Amino acid sequence: MIRLFVPKDVSALAVGADRVVKALTQQAGEGVQIVRTGSRGMTWLEPLIEVETPEGRIAYGPVTPADVPGLLAAGLLSGADHPLRIGRPEDHPFMVRQTRLTFARCGIVDPLSLDDYRAHGGLEGLTKALAMGPEAVVAEVTASGLRGRGGAGFPTGIKWKTVADAAADRKYIVCNADEGDSGTFADRMILEGDPFCLIEGMVIAGLAVGATKGFVYSRSEYPHANVSFTEALILAREAGLIGPDVLGSGRSFELELRVGAGAYVCGEETALLESLEGKRGMVRAKPPLPAHIGLFGKPTVINNLVSLASVPVILAKGAKAYADYGLGRSRGTMPIQIAGNARYTGLFEAAFGITLGEIIDTVAGGTLSGRPVKAVQCGGPLGAYFPPSLFDTPYDYEAFTARDGLIGHGGIVVFDDSVQMGAQARFAMEFCAIESCGKCTPCRIGSTRGVEVIDKIMAGTEAAANMAVLEDLCQTMKYGSLCALGGFTPYPVMSAVRHFPEDFNGSGISAKVPAE
Amino acid sequence: MASKTTNLVADWDPNRAAEIINAHLGLEGPALPILHGLQAAFGCVPSEAIPMVAKALNRSRAEIHGVVTFYHDFRDAPAGKTVVKLCRAEACQAVGGREAATFLLASLGIGWGETTPDGAITVEPIYCLGLCAAAPAALVNGEPHGRLDGMALIEAVAEATQS
Ligand SMILES: Cc1cc2nc3c(=O)[nH]c(=O)nc-3n(C[C@H](O)[C@H](O)[C@H](O)COP(=O)(O)O)c2cc1C
Ligand code: SF4
Repeated sequence: MIRLFVPKDVSALAVGADRVVKALTQQAGEGVQIVRTGSRGMTWLEPLIEVETPEGRIAYGPVTPADVPGLLAAGLLSGADHPLRIGRPEDHPFMVRQTRLTFARCGIVDPLSLDDYRAHGGLEGLTKALAMGPEAVVAEVTASGLRGRGGAGFPTGIKWKTVADAAADRKYIVCNADEGDSGTFADRMILEGDPFCLIEGMVIAGLAVGATKGFVYSRSEYPHANVSFTEALILAREAGLIGPDVLGSGRSFELELRVGAGAYVCGEETALLESLEGKRGMVRAKPPLPAHIGLFGKPTVINNLVSLASVPVILAKGAKAYADYGLGRSRGTMPIQIAGNARYTGLFEAAFGITLGEIIDTVAGGTLSGRPVKAVQCGGPLGAYFPPSLFDTPYDYEAFTARDGLIGHGGIVVFDDSVQMGAQARFAMEFCAIESCGKCTPCRIGSTRGVEVIDKIMAGTEAAANMAVLEDLCQTMKYGSLCALGGFTPYPVMSAVRHFPEDFNGSGISAKVPAE
Repeated sequence: MASKTTNLVADWDPNRAAEIINAHLGLEGPALPILHGLQAAFGCVPSEAIPMVAKALNRSRAEIHGVVTFYHDFRDAPAGKTVVKLCRAEACQAVGGREAATFLLASLGIGWGETTPDGAITVEPIYCLGLCAAAPAALVNGEPHGRLDGMALIEAVAEATQS
C-alpha cells in the first residue's frame, strides 16, 4: 500500500486540495491510500501533497488537478523527479530554520487518529502530569517561562497558580480560540491539524488547577475547524481522554466546543466569558480577574489556544528544554504567521529573538509582487505598522513594546509599496468603530470621529489642524479606553502617521474605500 | 442594510423553534447555541422566536433582543441563496482584496451586507477567515476560496449560483 498525504486544512481546500484528491483517487490506481492531514504551514506551496517512500516523505507542490497525470507519469508514487518536487518537507529551508515544538505534529499526522497522535509523542505530557501531581505541573509551566500567546504575554504559570489557589466548588478552563486578528491562523491550524494536542493541554490545565469543565470558544468564521474539532472531541471522549475518568486516573474533565457569532471584541477575555454566558460580548472591568471571578462567577483559567497547546510539549520535554529557547523574558517558541503580500506565506515556529528583518527578507522572501516592502503590520489590527528601518527589532515581547508595537498573537502582514498608509490608518479606525463593544466613549465615538478626521486630512482640509486633532484623539483613546480595542487602535494609526507622513500630506488622494 | 428576500431556509414554525430551544436547555449558557440553531433552521433569528427564547431562559425580551443585535452573524431576515463572506481585513487588503471586493460589488450592483434584488446573492464583509496566507479569501456558500482576484471571485460566485 502506497500512502499519499494531502492536507485537509482549509487553506489547502481554498486553493483546490479536494479537487487534487479527486484527481488522484481517479487516476492513481489500486493500492494507493490517501491520508488527509493538517497543513505543514508552507501555505504558498498548497496544495502540497506528499508520498511515503523509503527515503521519507517526498513533497510536491503547489499541485493542481491538471498536474496529476504528469506527476503520476513521472513517478510521483515513488517520489521521482518532477518540476513540482520539493523533496523532504523537513529539509526545505523554510522548515530547517524552524523549531517546531507546539506545531511538531501539524501536517504530519492524521489529525483524527489518536494512534497517530500517540505514535508522535502525544499524551506523554499528560501521562507525566498525572504522575507529577497538580502543584508540580503548575511549577513546571511557570518554570518554562511560557507567556500568553493571545497577545498580552502574561505568564501562564502565574495565572494557573491563582486559579489553583482559589477555593471554589467549580472551576473552568476556557480556551480562547476566537482568533480574530487578521494575519493569524495558528489556532485554526491546531484545531484542524492537531486537535488532540489542544485537548491534552486543556486536560492538563484542568488537572493542575482543579477544574473539571472546559470550553473551547471558537469562531463562526472557522466552520471547517469547528466540524473537525467536534469530531476530535467525540474520539477523545470515546478513548477516555476526556470524560468522567481521564485515562483511568479517576479524575474527570468535560470539554465542549462553543462558537462565537462574528464579534472581534469577544476575543477579549472578559467579553468572551460574557458571550459564553449567553450575553452581549461587553468587556468587564478588571478587577475582579477571571482567575478569581470568571465564567459563571467561578475561578477560570482563560488562555489562548497556542498557550494551552504548548503545555503538552513543555511537560513532555521538561520546562528547561522549553525555556532554553528564546531571548530575555520571552522564552520558548512563537508560531509566527506570515501573511499578506509575502512570497513565502505560512506558519513559521521559531525561538524568540529572530529579527523582524530576518523574518521578512529571508524567511518570507520579501513580497509576492516582487515590489519593495513598504510596511509590515505586526500583531493584528491593533498592532503597529513597522517600516523597513525598524527591521532590526528582535522578535521579543519587550523589544516590540519598546518600539510602540506588539507581537500580539504572532501575525505579520506584509505590504508592498503600493499601499497607501492613510487608507490603512483609516481602516484601523473604521474596524474599531465596527467592532467596539460600546462601553467606553473614546472607543465607541472616538473611532468614528477618527475616520472623519483622517478623511479630512487625506482630502487636504486644514490638514495640519486636523492632524493635531487626530493625535489628540489617539491620546484620548489610548488612555480612556477600558480594553485594548479602543486603547491600541492608536498604534496602527499613529505608526502610519509617524513612519509614513508623506501618505498623509493632504495631496487629495482619498483614502476612502469605495463601495462602503 | 440587508434587503429582504423570501427564500426562507424553512418557513417559520413555532414547534420547530421550540424543539431547537429545548434541545439546548441542558447546556451551560445556552443562548448562543440556541440562536445559532434557530438561524441554521430559519436562515435568520425570526422576531417571533425572541419571546420564546426569553421565556425559556427566564430573561427579558429586551435582553435577548440585545444579544441578537450585538453579534454581526445574526440576521433578522434570511440572506440570498448564495452567501459570499468576503474578507475585508488587512492580510487580504495587502494582496488586492479591496480591488477584488469592489469589482464583485460593482458587478452585482450592491454594497456590503446587501442582497441582489432577485434574492440570489448576498455579500457580507468578514474580518478574517484565517486564510491570510492564501489571500484574498472568501467563503462562498461555505466553500473556501483563496488567492482570489476580481475575476476568480466572480467565477466562484457564478459557479455557486448555478449549483
Ligand atoms: C479586542 C481584543 C481582542 C482579543 N482577541 C483575542 C483572541 O482572539 N485570542 C486570544 O487568545 N486573545 C485575545 N485577546 C487577549 C485576551 O483578552 C487575553 O489576554 C487572552 O485570551 C489570555 O490568554 P493568554 O494569556 O494565553 O494569551 C484579545 C484582547 C482584546 C482587547
Ligand atoms: S475600549 Fe472599546 S471594546 Fe474595549 S471596553 Fe471600551 S468600548 Fe468596549
